[in-house]
Amino acid sequence: MAADKQSVNMTVNGKPVSGEVESRTLLVHFLRENLRLTGTHVGCDTSQCGACVVLVNGKSVKSCTMLAVQADGAELVTIEGLANGSELHPMQQAFMDNHGLQCGFCTPGMIMSALDIVNRNGNDLDEATVRKELEGNICRCTGYHNIVKAVQAGAKAMGGGS
Amino acid sequence: MKATGIGASVRRKEDRRFLLGKGRYTDDIDVAGLTHAVFLRSPHAHAVIKSINSSAARAAPGVIAVFTGDDLAADGIGPLICGVTVTSDDGEPHRAPAHPALAQGKVNYVGDHVAVVIAETVEQARDAAELIEVDYDVLPAVTSTASAADAGQQQIHEVAPNNVCFNWPFGDKAAVEEVFASAHKVSRLDLVNNRMVTNPMEPRAALGEFNSGTDEITLHLTTQNPHVHRLVLSAFNQLAPEHKLRVVGPDVGGGFGAKIFVYAEELVVGWACRKVNRPVKWTADRTEAFLADAHGRDHVSTAEMAMDENGKFLALRVHTKANLGAYLSTFGTMVPSYLYAFLLAGQYATPLIYSEVKAVFTNTAPVDASRGAGRPEATYLLERLVDVCAQDMKLDPAEIRRRNFIPVDAFPYQTPVVQCYDSGDYNAALDLALELADYAGFSARAEEAKARGKRRGIGISSYVEACGIAPSAAVGQLGGGVGLWESAQVRFNPTGNVQVFTGTHSHGQGHETTFAQLVCDQLGVPIENIEVIHGDTARTQFGMGTYGSRSLAVGGVAIARACDKLIAKGKKIAAHALEADEGDIEFADGSFSVAGTDKAMSIAEVAFNAYVPHSYPEGVEPGFDENAFFDPINFSFPAGTHICEVEVDPDTGVVEIVKYSAVDDFGRLINPMIVEGQVHGGIAHGVGQAMLEVCRYEDDGQLLTASFMDYAMPRADNLPSFDVGYAPTHPPDNPLGVKGCGEAGAIGAPPAVINAIVNALNVKHLDMPATPENVWRAAQAAQA
Repeated sequence: MAADKQSVNMTVNGKPVSGEVESRTLLVHFLRENLRLTGTHVGCDTSQCGACVVLVNGKSVKSCTMLAVQADGAELVTIEGLANGSELHPMQQAFMDNHGLQCGFCTPGMIMSALDIVNRNGNDLDEATVRKELEGNICRCTGYHNIVKAVQAGAKAMGGGS
Repeated sequence: MKATGIGASVRRKEDRRFLLGKGRYTDDIDVAGLTHAVFLRSPHAHAVIKSINSSAARAAPGVIAVFTGDDLAADGIGPLICGVTVTSDDGEPHRAPAHPALAQGKVNYVGDHVAVVIAETVEQARDAAELIEVDYDVLPAVTSTASAADAGQQQIHEVAPNNVCFNWPFGDKAAVEEVFASAHKVSRLDLVNNRMVTNPMEPRAALGEFNSGTDEITLHLTTQNPHVHRLVLSAFNQLAPEHKLRVVGPDVGGGFGAKIFVYAEELVVGWACRKVNRPVKWTADRTEAFLADAHGRDHVSTAEMAMDENGKFLALRVHTKANLGAYLSTFGTMVPSYLYAFLLAGQYATPLIYSEVKAVFTNTAPVDASRGAGRPEATYLLERLVDVCAQDMKLDPAEIRRRNFIPVDAFPYQTPVVQCYDSGDYNAALDLALELADYAGFSARAEEAKARGKRRGIGISSYVEACGIAPSAAVGQLGGGVGLWESAQVRFNPTGNVQVFTGTHSHGQGHETTFAQLVCDQLGVPIENIEVIHGDTARTQFGMGTYGSRSLAVGGVAIARACDKLIAKGKKIAAHALEADEGDIEFADGSFSVAGTDKAMSIAEVAFNAYVPHSYPEGVEPGFDENAFFDPINFSFPAGTHICEVEVDPDTGVVEIVKYSAVDDFGRLINPMIVEGQVHGGIAHGVGQAMLEVCRYEDDGQLLTASFMDYAMPRADNLPSFDVGYAPTHPPDNPLGVKGCGEAGAIGAPPAVINAIVNALNVKHLDMPATPENVWRAAQAAQA
């Protein structure tokens, strides 16, 4: 198997990283196992649950749908890359303020998806838009009610509103 | 009310680590020398294993070991157990077939455990598992709950003739029959409670480490109850003596019941890490979760209500077939018996109830507790039947409920089915729910919808459940093998901050905040100086874990009792320091003071004195650290009314929930924000069962719904926002006045949703899930 290994280089949360991976290695496994960035989670094996969403070149991607080698040269942001020192990102803060998380397992994927939703739809999001856009992220704990509120509030805060 | 005490919506202390991606779930943990386990699972639902040849797998790159059932048996490990006995109608205990952690000669469901490969990497283990040759002699499979016990069916276990685990009648059959024979009206309903896969978002995982120097095994597990895991793995599965086994439930990504049980993979990983003398990790993929997590529900029932001419309920008769799967899971027998039949009174003063539960084995995954566990099945049956009663008697569904509610002055109320309800005001909850739902305005909305070619329906569900599980004596009388008390330790450090050790386990419920609020309120310590610790048998003294909405109602009281002990001891220490009589010391807001004087010292100062006892009362032990065990004297009985309004498109069968209103009685709320979140999640779970989710096996035992592509989980765009209100009463049996809130939504929602859809379609019944296809067919049939 070792002969199959390929080297990859990418920027993750602003830092250049590299590694040796099998060609079949998924991006999510590269992040979790090689880089030990375990905030990105694996909740399914059919790219349905969204627990593994990260930003690749600014766009949300389910990191279980992408091979690590496909991310060669890309700029990635994971949940670990959002806070500014000890200060939470406005979307993280909105999830806390609105009780948008319970067990926390889907949360990183929810937040990374939420950032992409804001990027594409702006800072003033209605409930229907948020619900439709979150269709690719499954949560079993919250019933989504507070996640929707959190995404709306976070979007507003990112735009400088409160 | 203190800003961070009881009743305040304090932001959660645990959130920060989750938001930063710093949660530490079992699969996140890496240790030096780690190996990986992959299980070879049965592709057949029912087959004899003629031979297993693992020589090619053993020789594959990176493989350290391949084990089968023979290896486990040779070491005397297992089998897995079921902890609750149900006595069948022949006077014998329920039939309990052997449940080996790795198959011995036979497999009984798709996903059953055949062998385990331990390798350097997951990929190597997976590749090697594919090289194991198993020669199967395939047998016919049994999957149908309704017909598993029929004559001529394939037999699954020798010890269980006709595939029956138990047949369990409860109540006075003759008296009920007499009432039915002379009743004014009998309403009857056949219904199915659809099988669900619990699906917490974090798949199950296990990490075993063996220390050959201390002979100790440490198991990190996705568990809701680390001490229960340790007890069962030690006392019944012979994994290791209890004092040489440490079980840690680190951050756990949801449980909903599925992570209560002791699973084959957990036992095998714990055993294998000693066998290969290296750490072993196993993490389920989602397909494995579908195949081998314990499933929930799966009842087929007939329900009948006898009524007088005013729609008063005279007697209830229930016949249920419950599917327990291929083997008995840890609490499998308890769910369709004690957690089901004892809740069949619901909110009603029905004087006579008779139920008969036939629990059957099938070639499907084991079935056990899933959010609500037995109580959703009882509530769905009863609340659907009550709507049929209303239809038959031409009464408004709200009115027939009112006529039969247990009146507010009847509490504590002894039901005819064992349980004695603590407190309730069922009319108050119904009134508030009707108001929230604008029930009075419904007909106008229905007319408006009709003009648009849509059909509106409204559905009521008034549930009661038993939480605060459980008084140990009651558990023992019912055949349970454990006590269900809870324990706590509250420890001041010399610097004045506090560590609270609880035997419950938080996997989303927010205990780290709620319990800190309790202690903040009682001891007057700033909440930021309080840390709640749970989930590690090496850190917490003991505990029975989290399920059955018991953590606050039982575990919270244990914490309060430990705080009581600290205050009592603190009075002695303060009396000495303040040169006063112990009887003159008062404690309030974190301060011990001498009554009628301005002499006082803070609890932090008392704690310091206790650890630096230079001047100290005679006969008092140093240290400021107390523990308590609490065994409740009764269950708690949360109750409420949920009302769902739907709009159905008769041309497509698509159902939209346009409004969902929930009014619950949980007693006193410690953190309303967290409680509301629990209600939301429960409702979503219940709506999932009612409209989307069903676990389906093919007749040959293949699981058709084995991924999120085939099994419809509720998503954000399937649900509305919810209107939540409370109609609290005071439960006199609970020292904190709390009842529990984790399961209410999952119990209340399914009948509310189906009653609404049935109302919209003007039909008698529709089985769950109300998918567009099922609704469309029902609409077509109703028009024909």
